[in-house]
Amino acid sequence: MTNKLNNCETCPVHQSTYLKKLGVNMDRWDYVLALAGNPNTGKSTVFNALTGLRQHTGNWPGKTVTRTEGGFIYQEKRYKIVDLPGTYSLLSTSTDEEVARNFILFGKPDVTVIVMDATRVERNLNLTLQILEITDRIVICLNLMDEARRHQLRIDERKLSKELGVPVIPTSARKGEGIDELLRAIHEVANGLYVCKPHHITSGSKSLKRAVSQLVEKIENRFSGISNAHWIALRLLEGDPRIIEAVKKGELDNLYQRIENTETK
Amino acid sequence: MKNQVDNIIEKNKITDEEILETANSLRWDLGENLHDSLLESIYQDAAEISEKVVTKVDEKPRFDWDRTLDRLLTSRWTGFPIMLLILTIVFWITISGANVPSALLASFLIDTIHPVLKDVAAYFGTPLWLDGLLIDGIYLAMAWVISVMLPPMAIFFPLFTLLEDFGYLPRVAFNLDSLFKKAGAHGKQALTMAMGYGCNAAGIIATRVIDSPRERLIAIITNNFSLCNGRWPTQILIASLFIGSMVPAALGGLVSATAVVAVALLGIILTFVTSWFLSRTILKGEASTFSLELPPYRPPKILQTLYTSLIDRTIFVLWRAIIFAVPAGAVIWLSANVMIGDQSIGEHIVNFIDPFGLLLGLNGVILFAYIIAIPANEIVIPTILMLTVMILKASGVGEGAGVMFELDDYQIYTELFAAGGWTLLTAINLMLFSLVHNPCSTAIYTIYKETKSIKWTAISTFLPLVMGIAICFFVAQIWRIFIGAG
Repeated sequence: MTNKLNNCETCPVHQSTYLKKLGVNMDRWDYVLALAGNPNTGKSTVFNALTGLRQHTGNWPGKTVTRTEGGFIYQEKRYKIVDLPGTYSLLSTSTDEEVARNFILFGKPDVTVIVMDATRVERNLNLTLQILEITDRIVICLNLMDEARRHQLRIDERKLSKELGVPVIPTSARKGEGIDELLRAIHEVANGLYVCKPHHITSGSKSLKRAVSQLVEKIENRFSGISNAHWIALRLLEGDPRIIEAVKKGELDNLYQRIENTETK
Repeated sequence: MKNQVDNIIEKNKITDEEILETANSLRWDLGENLHDSLLESIYQDAAEISEKVVTKVDEKPRFDWDRTLDRLLTSRWTGFPIMLLILTIVFWITISGANVPSALLASFLIDTIHPVLKDVAAYFGTPLWLDGLLIDGIYLAMAWVISVMLPPMAIFFPLFTLLEDFGYLPRVAFNLDSLFKKAGAHGKQALTMAMGYGCNAAGIIATRVIDSPRERLIAIITNNFSLCNGRWPTQILIASLFIGSMVPAALGGLVSATAVVAVALLGIILTFVTSWFLSRTILKGEASTFSLELPPYRPPKILQTLYTSLIDRTIFVLWRAIIFAVPAGAVIWLSANVMIGDQSIGEHIVNFIDPFGLLLGLNGVILFAYIIAIPANEIVIPTILMLTVMILKASGVGEGAGVMFELDDYQIYTELFAAGGWTLLTAINLMLFSLVHNPCSTAIYTIYKETKSIKWTAISTFLPLVMGIAICFFVAQIWRIFIGAG
C-alpha cells in the first residue's frame, strides 16, 4: 500500500499535481465542502492536509469548537472547506451538534466529508448514518488506517462503501496517505460523476413507518425534489424546534431550489 | 396556459401549516419513546454494518500498552501523583532550561543593542523626551518581554503540546471528572481548565464544549484560576528569587518548580471551591452527565509539534505581549518622568496606594503595576522592577528613572527587591495575587463576547479580584501574627 503510493507520487499524472493549497485565501469558490465526524478522528489533520493550513491539532475530543474555514483548488475547481466541530450525534441539542447539523442542512455543502475513525467503526457509524439521512452528497474518509493496522483490525472498505451507498476512502491523514484518492472522490461527488445512494435507517415500528410515509408524502408535495424528506419527517415527529422553524420560515424551500439549481448546472 | 398550471399547483399545494399539523397529530399516536426507538434502530444498523465490514485478525493479543498505561494514569491511587510528577518535571525543565538563553537574550538586546540605539539617536540629535519615550520606554519594554518570555515559552509550549498529542489531557480530565461533579460543575471543565493554562481567553472560548449554560458560566468564571502563560514567568521568576534561593543552589531549580506547581495546584483547588460555591448560590443546579472518550495514545509527531507549538502558541503569545508592552512602556516612562510638584505622577500614585498594598502584604508598586498591566499579565514583572527603581531612585542599578531593564544576575534582583522593602511575605503574596486577581482585558472582552452579559462579565472580573485581596490580606495578617513583621 505504502509502496504503491510512493510510486504514484513520482508519476507525472499524480493527483496532487492538480492540488493547489489556498490556505485562507478564498475570494470565490465553486464548491463548498463540510468536514464532519466524531471528535478526535483527525478532522483537523485532514483539513490541514487539504488546505495547507496549520490549524492546531490535538489528541483530545472537542478541540475544534468553532467552524474553521480554508480553501484549495483541485482540477481547476475552487473548493471552500469548513471544518465542523466533532460530535457523536446530531440528535441532541448541544451547541456543537447544532452548529454541525445546521451547517450540513442549511449551509448546503456540495459535499460532506465524514471523517471516521477506522479503529472505532461501529461507534462512528452512529453519526455517519445520521448524516446519510440528511444529505446525499457524501464522501467517507476512513481515517487512522495506520492505527487500525496497529490494532490488527481489517476493514473491508469496499463492502462498507456498498453498504452505505457512498464512496469510502481509507486514509492515514497524519502521514498523508490516501489524500489523493480522497480528493478524487470529492471531485467525483461534487461534479455529479458519482451519484450516492445513501443507506437509510430502517425505522422501527409499523405505526412509525406509517406516520413517516404519510408525512413524507406531504413534505415531498410541498417541497418537490427534496432529498431528505424522510429525515425531516422524523425530526418533525420528534418535535425538533429548529426544523419546525425551518418549515415555517420556508428555509427548506430554499434548500430545494438550491438542489434544483445544482442539478441544472 | 402556464398561469393555469401554476394555479392548479397552487390549489393542490400542501401548506407549511398542514405539514406541521399532520406532524403534531401523528406525534400523539406514536407515544413518548420515539426518540429511544430511533436511537435503537441507528445503533442496530451501525452494529450490523460494522459486523459485516470489520474483522479482528485472529492473533494472540500482544501486550496492550494502551490499557496498561490507562490503568496507571487514571488509577485512583497513582493517577494524581503521576499528574503532579509530570507537571513538576515540565516546570523543572522549563525553569532550569530557560535561565541561560534568557540571560543571553537580555545581554544582547539590552547591553548591546540598547546603547547602540541611544548612540544613533544622539547622533541624529533626537530630542531627549522622544529618545526617552521611544528607546528607554518602548524599546526596553519590548526587549524585556522578549528576553523573559521567549525562552520559557519555547520550552513549555512544546512540552505541553507533546503531552496533548500523546493523549494525556483526556486522562487528566478523567481523573478530575468526579471532583468537578462533586463541585456541581461539568466534567469537561477539566479540559477548558487545561486550555486556560495556555491562555485564559482560549480557555473561555473552549467552554463552548459545555452544553448547559449554568455549567458553562461556572467554567468561564473559574477559568481565571488556571495560570496562563502570561503569569508563568512571574511565578517562575519570583519562585526562583525568593524560594529557590532559600535552599542550596543545586536544589534551587527543583524547589522553585515545586513552589510553582503548588501555586498551580492552589489554582485547581480554588477552581473546585469556587465552582462548588457558585453551584450552590447564584448558579444552582445539578451536574449533568456526559461521555468522555479516552482516545488511543498516539506517538506524538515531534518535529511537527515543535513547529506548530512554536508558530501557533509561542510566537502568537509573544507577539501579543510585545504589542501590549509598547503602550505600557510608554505609560511607565511618562508616569516616571512627568512631574507634578517635586514628584512624578507615578510616585504620587504609588505613595497613595502604598498603605493599602502593605495591608495586603504587597506594596504600592505591585498594585500600581497590576493596574498598568491590565492589558497583559506578561508585563507585570518588568513594570514592578521599573517602578521599584523609580521610587528608590536607585541610580546605581538599572538605567535610571522610568526605564525597564533586565538584570542578568539574580543577586541584583534580590538586592533591589530587598531595598524596595520586599520580604518573603511580599514574594509569596505576589505569587498568590498573580494567581487570583482580575482577568486581563483580552480575557474580560472574551467573556463579554461569550456570555453577552455585562453582569456575568462583571462577576467574572471582580470575584477573583475580591478573592485575591481577601487571600492576601489573611495571609499577611496570619504571617505577621506568627512569623513576624514581614
